Amino acid sequence: MKKFNLPKLLIFVIAFYAAIQILYSTEIMNGYILHIINQSLIYVILAVSLNLINGITGQFSLGHMGFAGVGAYVSGTISTLVFKINPSSPNGMLIFILAIVAGGLAAAVVGFLIGFPSLRLKGDYLAIVTLGFGEIIRTVFNNIDYVGGPRGLLGIPKFSNFTTITIAALITIVVIRNLVESSHGRAMLAVRENELAAELVGVNTTRYKVLAFVIGAFFAGIAGGLFAHLLQMAHPTQFGFIKSVEVLIMIYAGGVGSITGSTIAAFALTFLSEGLRIGIRAIADATGLPIGGEWRMVVYSLLLIFIMLFKTEGLMGTKESKLIRLKEVE
Amino acid sequence: MGAIFNAQQIVNGLQVGSIYALIALGYTMVYGIVRLINFAHGDFYMLGAYAAYGVFFAFNALFVGKTGLMAFVVLIASMAAGGLIALLTNRLAYKPLRYKPKLSSLITAIGVSMFLEYFLSALPVVGPSYRSFPDILPRVNINLGNAVISNYVIIDIVIAAVLMVGLTLLIKKTTLGMAMRAVSQDKDAARLMGIDIEKVIAFTFLIGGSFAGAAGLLAGMTYPRIVPYMGIQPGLKAFIAAVLGGIGNIPGAVLGAYIMGLAETFASAYNSLIGEGIAFAILIVVLLVRPRGLLGEKFADKI
Repeated sequence: MKKFNLPKLLIFVIAFYAAIQILYSTEIMNGYILHIINQSLIYVILAVSLNLINGITGQFSLGHMGFAGVGAYVSGTISTLVFKINPSSPNGMLIFILAIVAGGLAAAVVGFLIGFPSLRLKGDYLAIVTLGFGEIIRTVFNNIDYVGGPRGLLGIPKFSNFTTITIAALITIVVIRNLVESSHGRAMLAVRENELAAELVGVNTTRYKVLAFVIGAFFAGIAGGLFAHLLQMAHPTQFGFIKSVEVLIMIYAGGVGSITGSTIAAFALTFLSEGLRIGIRAIADATGLPIGGEWRMVVYSLLLIFIMLFKTEGLMGTKESKLIRLKEVE
Repeated sequence: MGAIFNAQQIVNGLQVGSIYALIALGYTMVYGIVRLINFAHGDFYMLGAYAAYGVFFAFNALFVGKTGLMAFVVLIASMAAGGLIALLTNRLAYKPLRYKPKLSSLITAIGVSMFLEYFLSALPVVGPSYRSFPDILPRVNINLGNAVISNYVIIDIVIAAVLMVGLTLLIKKTTLGMAMRAVSQDKDAARLMGIDIEKVIAFTFLIGGSFAGAAGLLAGMTYPRIVPYMGIQPGLKAFIAAVLGGIGNIPGAVLGAYIMGLAETFASAYNSLIGEGIAFAILIVVLLVRPRGLLGEKFADKI
């Protein structure tokens, strides 16, 4: 029998959590770095959930941030416009959790609607439809005045913090890992490897493709909600095509199908992105040359091309770390 | 409805359709031969416009009084820029991945597209903001009944038509065209007949890229402004046009492009939001009702 290594993973996460908290409270680490760690953890949720769709089920979604956008706007609307909570209000935390879950569920419903046409579409076509979907979502937010239109939804209370985000990321990893190891996950892998063969041995390919979209969208919605309550705003441009590509780069850099790889890449690339931002500004200030923030995206796009050309399988391939791998139990 | 369906709108629709057609041809030819959606194709269009802009300002002084010749040189420059960048992209980014899973080429194509856009806007000489495109030829308005038509619109339609006739002759009458048709039908059989497949693929990219470059020049001249991100929307819409006509099918791409151009112009005249969304509506309807497009061939999974 195989058993999931939950205790080891839990110990690792608790150690990580404690280390960061100690570093932060002793002021060795400042709030800026904690903020980047929070963002990295949200990207972990996004990358792992996209990996379920693209890596494990072998579909191709280019609109993952669209799902995050649905989660951000729905949860932000609930906490800001409906209940008008703030961090000191009674039951605030409870409403926050409900709002985040509602955002995830709304994204899951949208994921179902997008997953449905995917029954007829494959590869490139699916990529274009999901891209179109992401753009449509962005346009819709841009045009609903109730949630701020092009100004974005502002004044969202800051409920996301290191604790809530860490818990959410841990839950995401555990749930998706257990799913992959279940018979459902095996069916998804079969769809990835050969859809026709999977269907011929009795796998309901339609059902598993839609399931992957629904679960992936749910967690993306959670991540979007956490983002909105971390940055205290939701803006249409946060959920565009380029942002979806950033998550895509994470899963391909980390290794398609590897949860460990997605997690490491989410951290590495979020820190790289911030590092580039600071580095480029420093070079521009020091030399007086007109070097703009566009160079960050130039580096990013070259990174994507080079990963695909020279290390198509990514950092981890499909391998997993010991913390996430199953162990044999006699 | 008279305000929407009139001569003015039809001519405008044909002009938009001509530009989409030139872009869509590249998409569909490349897809027909290597089964790759070349995401960077819209950026070849953008590079064509920038090359024309650069050449115009560099050599304008040499061609005083010879505007016709200047216009011709600029057209050649835009086509050369689009074609050469397409050739280079194929060689550096797509060829090494030819026999790897198809999605890795698609992701590389997204990377190339982002690179071209951001690299150009990061370059201080180009920059991320709009530039107004100079009038290469004098702008004349022609009155036809109650429609006012700019000579630029007519030039767009005519140049697109001339290029498309040329392409048809190339594909139907020359040995190279025959090789292209053979490769798109069956790569392995074509190779066994002694056709150098990589050469045919490179040539396809060259033609597709040069058509996109010409479209970039025409659009830059007509609207008259350019920006490094100008290729995204027309690229996406031309792709939808190619899907509508049946991707891989050359007459289909042209038909799809004119339908898209007219539909978009009429819809925009009715309501600007509907005008923006109609392309995606067409895409979703086509993919759900007739995924192989209007003129596409039926294909089945081989077991």
